[in-house]
Amino acid sequence: MVYVLVAAGILACAILAIRSKRLLVSAIWLAVTSALVALMFYLLGAVQVAVIELSVGAGLVTVLFVFAINIAGEEGMELEPVMPKPLAWGLVVIAISLTIYLTIMGGGLKLILSPSADTPAILWSDRYLDILLQIGLIFAGVLGVLGFLSEGKPETQKKDQA
Amino acid sequence: MNNLPVPLIVIFSILSLAGVGFYCLLATRNMIKVIIGLQLLVKGVAMAFILGGNLTGQVNLAQTLALTVIVADTIVAVIGLALAVQVRHRLGTLDIKALSTLKR
Repeated sequence: MVYVLVAAGILACAILAIRSKRLLVSAIWLAVTSALVALMFYLLGAVQVAVIELSVGAGLVTVLFVFAINIAGEEGMELEPVMPKPLAWGLVVIAISLTIYLTIMGGGLKLILSPSADTPAILWSDRYLDILLQIGLIFAGVLGVLGFLSEGKPETQKKDQA
Repeated sequence: MNNLPVPLIVIFSILSLAGVGFYCLLATRNMIKVIIGLQLLVKGVAMAFILGGNLTGQVNLAQTLALTVIVADTIVAVIGLALAVQVRHRLGTLDIKALSTLKR
C-alpha cells in the first residue's frame, strides 16, 4: 500500500513541477519529488543511495535552483511550447508503449537471479573507474559554479571596449 | 490494491517520471524548466537501476551505478543552470529559441 501511495505522490509532484507557472514553485515540487524518490529507494533496499538522493537531490539541487532563479529571474513562462502539446503527448505515449512492448518481448520481469555474491564492499572498494569519473565530474561542477558567480562580466567588457 | 506486485508499481513510477520528464524536454521553452525535466528523467533512470538491482539480488552493484548517475546528474544541473544564468545575462531571455544566433 505504501508503494502505491509513494508512486502516486511521485507522479503528482512531477506533474505539478512541470505545470506550475512560477519557476520557484517548480523547484520546490522537484525537491518533493526527489524526497519521494529517495523514500522509494529506501523501500527497495538501497539505503545508501536513498540518503545521498535525499541530501543531494532534495537539498543541494534545490539550493542551486533557487540561487539560479534568483539571479536569472522569472520570465518566459507564458511562451508557446516548441511543438504542439498533442504531438508532444503523442510522442511520450509512443515512447512509453515502446518501452513496455520491448520489456515484455525481452522476457518481462523474469530476470535470472545471479548467484554471485553481492557484498556492501563493492560500494566502497572496486570503484576505481567510478572515482576517476567522479573526480572529473566534480572538477567540471566547480567550473560550472564559477560560471554562476561570474555575473556582470559583459558590461565590464563593453566598458573596456568603449 | 494490496495485491499489486511491487515491481509493477515501481515500473509505473519509473515510466511516469520518464514520461513527464520527456514531455517537459519536448514542450517547454524555458531553459530552467528544461533542466527540471532532465532531472525528472534521470531520477526515473536511477530508480530503474535500483529496481534492477533489487530484482537480481545485486542491490549494492545497482547502488554504485545509481550513485554515479546521481553525481553526473547534479553536475549536469549545475552546468545547465550556469549556462542559463549566462544566457540570461547576455541575451536577456531564458527562451531556448533565442539561442539560434549561431545559425547566422
